[in-house]
Amino acid sequence: MNVAIVKYNAGNIYSVVNAIKRLGITPILTDSADELQNADKVIFPGQGNALEAMTYLKAHGLDKVIKNLRQPVLGICVGQQLLCRHSEEGGVDCIGIFDVDVKRFQPIQHEDKVPAMGWEEIYMSDEKDDAANVLLKDLGKHPYVYFVHSYYVPVCENTLATADYILPYSACMHKGNFYTCQFHPEKSGDVGEQILKNFLNM
Amino acid sequence: MKGLAKRIIPCLDVKNGETVKGTNFINLRSAGDPVELGKAYSKAGADELVFLDITASYEGRKTFTDMVTRVAAEINIPFTVGGGINELKDVARLLNAGADKVSINSSALRNPTLINEISSHYGSQVCVCAIDARLDEDGWHCYVKGGRERTDRGLFEWAKEVADRGAGEILFTSMNHDGVKQGFANEALAKLSEEVSIPVIASGGAGTKEHFRDAFTLGKADAALAASVFHFGEINISDLKHYLYNEGINVRI
Repeated sequence: MNVAIVKYNAGNIYSVVNAIKRLGITPILTDSADELQNADKVIFPGQGNALEAMTYLKAHGLDKVIKNLRQPVLGICVGQQLLCRHSEEGGVDCIGIFDVDVKRFQPIQHEDKVPAMGWEEIYMSDEKDDAANVLLKDLGKHPYVYFVHSYYVPVCENTLATADYILPYSACMHKGNFYTCQFHPEKSGDVGEQILKNFLNM
Repeated sequence: MKGLAKRIIPCLDVKNGETVKGTNFINLRSAGDPVELGKAYSKAGADELVFLDITASYEGRKTFTDMVTRVAAEINIPFTVGGGINELKDVARLLNAGADKVSINSSALRNPTLINEISSHYGSQVCVCAIDARLDEDGWHCYVKGGRERTDRGLFEWAKEVADRGAGEILFTSMNHDGVKQGFANEALAKLSEEVSIPVIASGGAGTKEHFRDAFTLGKADAALAASVFHFGEINISDLKHYLYNEGINVRI
């Protein structure tokens, strides 16, 4: 299988490379439109600032390449956020697969620390069984996964699973060939490994 | 349960590629290969790992980049690396090798703007500020050089400053409690949690499962770190997490 990881100015992309290697597949890390379009699976990772990331992606024409991909695509963390319409981080227009805007967490009480960093349970939504079964199968009922983020995607029609920190928000999303995780499956232990396997098996 | 789980973090002190743990920072005993040990902890349910190059902070040696690369390749939970990080290029080297976070200690006290630099370049989530402090007759004071040299900074004012400068977490080790297995410094921990708005990791003093519970309930810590009780099998991480779960604490099991 040919797995491509989008190469751009995001941090810690090698964690995703390592995670895919642990599953026995050596992915290619590339910013070439051809290589991305011809891959069986594309992973769009992300860590860092949404404005800086979008500025880079637009300058290299990658925003349009990603938007037009037809094979299964997995957006991770800022990768999920960049697939939305707009981000409050830097007030930037994003790729726009999901018709929803990314917001910054607003702490309500002292315990609400931002960035939200650590393990949270996720809750699969019942109505979206089919897509949830593909990405989130064999995980147990409320698995814990590892998050690091200051911004979140509100619950919307594309929400596949939610997490609840300060308020319920989108932990996983799905629309067509696009799947996303706000958390880091590459750092989420055996649960994360299963999610990556599920994606690669699509 | 809603919200962030309380984290259990084994700390692996590394010297010449081997894991060691001191009692009150001296009398080192060997406890195995850091990568293998880290993997075993991950399987047992550790939420995060910390690898500290303990010799680096006073010998000026660089941390074990090769070991970091191996850990990143083989382990699927987040990990922090510390020891001997003096400037931004040390941070870059360790993050490029695959570390998720870096922990700075003496160098932050020497050069507080390092915290600002790390958080503005890589995000605050990357920057763990470790504070070694001791309750002396005149209050809690920060120490450097592996606990051998007292500074003129107080624990609480320094903690507030590191949070304001953009640190993502505080790793607070009580030198009074470290190595003696009588519980964490819960009073100071609770005060820290009240005074700063970033997560606090409790370190120093773990001896029993109850000590971890108390660090979370009385000490209001977001995470608890320990070394020897895990290394020498006195507490099994899986047992510990089931115990904490039964005590009503939000843990990942």
